[in-house]
Amino acid sequence: MEATSTCPSYSARDYKSEVKPVWCPGCGDYSVLGSITKALAELSIPPERVALVSGIGCSSRLPAYTNVFGFHGVHGRALPIATGIKVSRPELTVIASGGDGDGFSIGGNHFMHACRRNVDMTYIVMDNEVYGMTKGQASPTTAPDWEKSKLTPQGTGINPFHPLVIALAAGANFIARGFSGDQNGTAKLITEAIRHPGFSFVQLLSPCVTFRPEQRDWKDMVHPAAVDPTDDPARAARRLMSDDGFNVGVLFRGSRKPFQPGQPASVDSVADLEKEFVL
Amino acid sequence: MNTTTLDTAPTTEKRPAPQLMLCEGNEAAALGVALARPDMVAVYPITPQTSLVEKLAKLIADGRMDADIVDAEGEHSVLSVLQGGALAGARTYTATCGPGLAFMFEPYFRTSGMRLPLVMTIVTRDGITPQSVWGGHQDAMTVREAGWIQMYCETVQEVLDTTVMAFRLAEHHDVMLPVNVCLDGNYLSYGTSRIEMPDQAEVDDFMGHKDVNWHVALDPLRPMAVDPLTGGSGGNGPETFVRYRRGQCAGMKNALHVITEMHEDWARRFGEAHRFAPLVEEYRLDDAEYAIMTLGSMTGAAKDAVDEARAAGEKVGLIKIKTFSPFPVEALQHALRGVRALGVVDRSVNFRWNCGPMFQETLGVLYRLGRQVPAQSFIGGLAGADLTVTTFHRVIDETRALLERAPSDEPVWLNAKD
Ligand SMILES: Cc1ncc(C[n+]2csc(CCOP(=O)(O)OP(=O)(O)O)c2C)c(N)n1
Ligand code: SF4
Ligand SMILES: [Mg+2]
Repeated sequence: MEATSTCPSYSARDYKSEVKPVWCPGCGDYSVLGSITKALAELSIPPERVALVSGIGCSSRLPAYTNVFGFHGVHGRALPIATGIKVSRPELTVIASGGDGDGFSIGGNHFMHACRRNVDMTYIVMDNEVYGMTKGQASPTTAPDWEKSKLTPQGTGINPFHPLVIALAAGANFIARGFSGDQNGTAKLITEAIRHPGFSFVQLLSPCVTFRPEQRDWKDMVHPAAVDPTDDPARAARRLMSDDGFNVGVLFRGSRKPFQPGQPASVDSVADLEKEFVL
Repeated sequence: MNTTTLDTAPTTEKRPAPQLMLCEGNEAAALGVALARPDMVAVYPITPQTSLVEKLAKLIADGRMDADIVDAEGEHSVLSVLQGGALAGARTYTATCGPGLAFMFEPYFRTSGMRLPLVMTIVTRDGITPQSVWGGHQDAMTVREAGWIQMYCETVQEVLDTTVMAFRLAEHHDVMLPVNVCLDGNYLSYGTSRIEMPDQAEVDDFMGHKDVNWHVALDPLRPMAVDPLTGGSGGNGPETFVRYRRGQCAGMKNALHVITEMHEDWARRFGEAHRFAPLVEEYRLDDAEYAIMTLGSMTGAAKDAVDEARAAGEKVGLIKIKTFSPFPVEALQHALRGVRALGVVDRSVNFRWNCGPMFQETLGVLYRLGRQVPAQSFIGGLAGADLTVTTFHRVIDETRALLERAPSDEPVWLNAKD
């Protein structure tokens, strides 16, 4: 037998709480919970070294189902909260998670600024192209002609937004897409995303079987990305512009320096302090 | 006999037979909006408001309502879109609650300062944290210092009728303020009841011509930039502020009589099923020694408890607040004229005074009575907790006890498990 490592080993179960998820049977988010806990086990990060922050939505219920530090935040605000945690406790592995409505609609501005700020954390969006929790309204990733929403019964008529393109343009350091139905593949993507320094964005296609039953077909539509990930934003951009939305895998690995919280100035004496205020 | 101050003789004119229907509070609000013919609605869904805005979307899609609808990316945008709409002369509407209202606060505060006559339903929801999607009045109570008129409804019919009236009220030249119609999440939003639909032609006549905002609306003859930055001390800022704030207060004060006249006009046109106390309802108060005070949908169960207590010989009455903002000081003073002990039931918390917000407002009115009336704050119905007839018997009993002993400084937490 090989020598045992000093690092304790964990199984996915060690990251799950006793709380039973209330998602609909068949909801893609069950599998995402499995992938996140598998990734944490793979990385052997002690649960007390992980903070998982969400917004509001079906997908955002996720922190309660885990055993790590969790916070069910404000709708759309998972990213600023996660930023606060990471900046004050850099030793923690920080994950923000939520839905397409939470992250791209009401919280859309934070998405751009979190990419730009490049704090070392991972953002997982369970994208089902719908507001599941409020019973099926169109989100920013919904096709313009989807007419099943009671709020936009004639379709939104507006172009959906492409989260990966925005992430790239705004400066995210790692960009990947996965499919909840492939739990192990997704766990690998999340593992890589957590390892990669800076802001990592993972879009997970996670079907809402209740309000978008046609998304059950996603399992036949996803396919591995045809080309290897690139670290060249221009190439990544060209690739994303011709993306069919079902490419899964890592698409971009950047090398931008992550955000470093400023060091507090050392003040030795009152004279030093006064100097700071001299005009 | 039930005594109310609403004893004006019904009109004898012949009216067409009313159209009756069954509907939920949220649907009634949407139908009320449609009757008022707004030009623009902006929406973002949130429990328990969602079915209201979805109904509006359907009315618009079905061609039963001629309004633009903007499906915005969040509530801050919803209210901002409507500000633009109102500045451009549109009659505007939205609905929200709880966290959505909290997110709106920045444009919410400015709306009353700009005297934009928006109407917004608050399908009341308790204030998180803790997280809850259930009813409670904390959302609407928390924003009560922002210069909006707030009227609370007891029944589904009252929701419909008040919603239509809210538009005329908001646009009234003596008022020109935004109006919240508050309907209790869960109990009223999803509660189904029989209603009488007012006739559209009569509603049109009631509304008169649309007069959205003579104060700031884009006027081709008078282009102007609205709300530039004012100076501080030494500049014209302080003076401008005084003028604005006094104007807002005057609009609020005027609203009291406009609301009263409007309710009277409404009942005269549409009949007794549409008669609601405009500011304060007095229920079985004439010879009451003591009274309980309620707000919103809890009033139904409270009235049943009062009826039962009356049948058992108790001299108890009930005071329902309909218009919470502006606070109807004189009407409440009148209602309290013979009352010797008072129990006030709130579905939210005033953290500063350790009591309910309505209780705290009422203390000022009690002071004006010029005599000591022992009063007790009761807090219940938080996060959807049921306020039943039994609960109100407890309120009645504990209020009666105040005739003999002093009230407690602590609120009575109904629904507490301790
Ligand atoms: C400020 C605010 N506005 C609205 C809501 C209501 N709301 C809760 S979740 C949600 C949308 C969720 O959609 P998404 O993020 O895609 O999550 P899903 O349920 O699809 O997983 C909305 C509109 C809220 N909680 N807070
Ligand atoms: S409504 Fe949709 S997203 Fe929400 S739990 Fe059900 S399947 Fe999942
Ligand atoms: Mg979603």
